[in-house]
Amino acid sequence: MRLTCPLCGERDRREFYYQGEAVMLDRPAPDAGDEAWDAYLHLRDNAAGETQDLWCHEAGCGAWIKVTRNTVTHEVLKTELVAK
Amino acid sequence: MVKLIAKSPCDGLLPLTIGAATLTEVETGPITSISPFKGQEKAVSEALKAAHGTAFPAPNRTTAKDAARLIWSGRGQALMLGAVPQIESAALTDQSDAWCCVEIAGDGVQDVLARVTPVDTRAMKRGHTARTLVQHINVALTRTGKDRFEVMAMRSMAQTLVHDLQRAMSGVAARG
Repeated sequence: MRLTCPLCGERDRREFYYQGEAVMLDRPAPDAGDEAWDAYLHLRDNAAGETQDLWCHEAGCGAWIKVTRNTVTHEVLKTELVAK
Repeated sequence: MVKLIAKSPCDGLLPLTIGAATLTEVETGPITSISPFKGQEKAVSEALKAAHGTAFPAPNRTTAKDAARLIWSGRGQALMLGAVPQIESAALTDQSDAWCCVEIAGDGVQDVLARVTPVDTRAMKRGHTARTLVQHINVALTRTGKDRFEVMAMRSMAQTLVHDLQRAMSGVAARG
């Protein structure tokens, strides 16, 4: 598997660290309530198909990258820097 | 007064010649990391140009002027080698003695590197750099000539770096 780092270009998977679903970027408001926080922290869809997740280019530039990929076809559709 | 003797990271390990490849230690001079403050990227690049004659390098690139070399080393970060940056608007951290720097050169050097790093060194031109791996070690790999590359790793990994490169050099040499 190869991922295209927006800074470094196409790189081998072993340079990256997988964090999890990109829902971590949509942090609820502090007073959003227990249910929203429970969902944010613990509930994941485990979708078959297109997903978005966070990878850190830890052996490269150190940037966090949001990767859109398809878990069924293994296509990597899009990669973008989390920091704008 | 005690007289201290400077010991380089690869002291006693290098130089090495195996087959057509040679591995030597590089004396980098002072090393300082430069991380421009938010929104100050342009100002820092201008200040570097004014003070040292070199712009802040683009990702995967290096710039140089006289003794000062700038190597891009990550998102919003570059290392200055050989001179101490005289600028403001950036976080400057002295990292001299924190790195070990080796040069690997000779015919077939790319075959040696292909055994230890996942990047395609054939796609790199002179002056290009990559933050990548040598086996399990995080490194900054820079092409400095046709058959010449520089590998920088944290000083604590010096012995492992030399070991890994030595094994790759032996492997390539054994194939004749």
